[in-house]
Amino acid sequence: MADSDIKAMTANLDAVEFDETAFTEPVPLSEAKVAIVTSASLHHPDDEDFSPMDTGYRVLKSEIRDYVMGHWSPNFDATGFALDINTVFPIDRLEELATQGVIGSVADEHLAYAGNQFELSAIRMDSGPAGAKLLKEQGVDIVLLTPV
Amino acid sequence: MSTLAHIFEAEGMATIAFGSIKSQIESTAPPRGLWCDFPLGRPLGVPGDPEFQHRVLATAFDLLQSPEPIFAEYDVTIPDDETEVLACPMPPRHDPDAHPAVDEANGMRPAYERAIAKYGNRVGAGRAVQVDDIANAIEAFVRVAEGTPWKEAGIPGIPSRVSQDIRGYYETAALALSDHAPSAWAGTRWFLDHTEAGKVVMAARQAMADAGENNPIWFYMAPGDR
Repeated sequence: MADSDIKAMTANLDAVEFDETAFTEPVPLSEAKVAIVTSASLHHPDDEDFSPMDTGYRVLKSEIRDYVMGHWSPNFDATGFALDINTVFPIDRLEELATQGVIGSVADEHLAYAGNQFELSAIRMDSGPAGAKLLKEQGVDIVLLTPV
Repeated sequence: MSTLAHIFEAEGMATIAFGSIKSQIESTAPPRGLWCDFPLGRPLGVPGDPEFQHRVLATAFDLLQSPEPIFAEYDVTIPDDETEVLACPMPPRHDPDAHPAVDEANGMRPAYERAIAKYGNRVGAGRAVQVDDIANAIEAFVRVAEGTPWKEAGIPGIPSRVSQDIRGYYETAALALSDHAPSAWAGTRWFLDHTEAGKVVMAARQAMADAGENNPIWFYMAPGDR
């Protein structure tokens, strides 16, 4: 079993293509509120687990770091996250950067989606924009997107 | 991940998307994409290494200086040597009347509890099978491996989710048994090839495939290259 073999299995999946690439001019990093959006299907233990083809999202609070991995795919290493949540969800690193003044602040809430999706229209039309609206209303300026 | 980058960027937030598979992040072309050739499941690279993670983040934030969409490759690669297996002591045989995999799983419990106390339950049991029922779930897979149709074997959930909980139980327990942080996939190779429970899961998966069951029912019980 090899990481390269598993990557090769998914390398040629049909990709979503966008006619135009949206581009937002960032605010200065030292003034920016930063959030994390991950496709690792993380959630808090008391939140609803992700279903196999779940197109929704879960809200991850900065203050409560009891995140669990709800991803359905067996095709990634989970021990990195088990040892250190920052391997997937670098919340401690962002807080250190905020303390140093490198970034302005860390959002109170972040988002998790399920990355094991083949049909993305619901995310493109519904849960994606809804999640973006939620973060925008928090005043988030910059979003880091992490996979597994 | 890159699809979400397009959506969030269109809503007025600057995004930086990490990618572990080069062709995927290239083809979806997020506004700012950073391909890090790290093992799947470790997008920030090295667990427990804040300096490494900060270097990755600094490279990502540097992409914000570009006045136009940009794709970049991180300059450090973390290869999977494809052979490393987690090394840890195994519990001695305790109950000669129990199936070896069930006895082994029960013997893992103290280590599992130590790991949970240290790290929390991040990837362990609890999605489909509570920790107290891990042995029962293994017994169900034993029955499948011995020829019982999977729907009649008493598997306590969707087989892929149940096998994921068993793997998570073992990989979590191994964190307390090993004296070092395992490299990516070392725990999975250990579970699948060097534990009795892993062998049972793989045997059940093969039995289901041989019986002509629908591919998604058994295929996702293990990584796809197995």
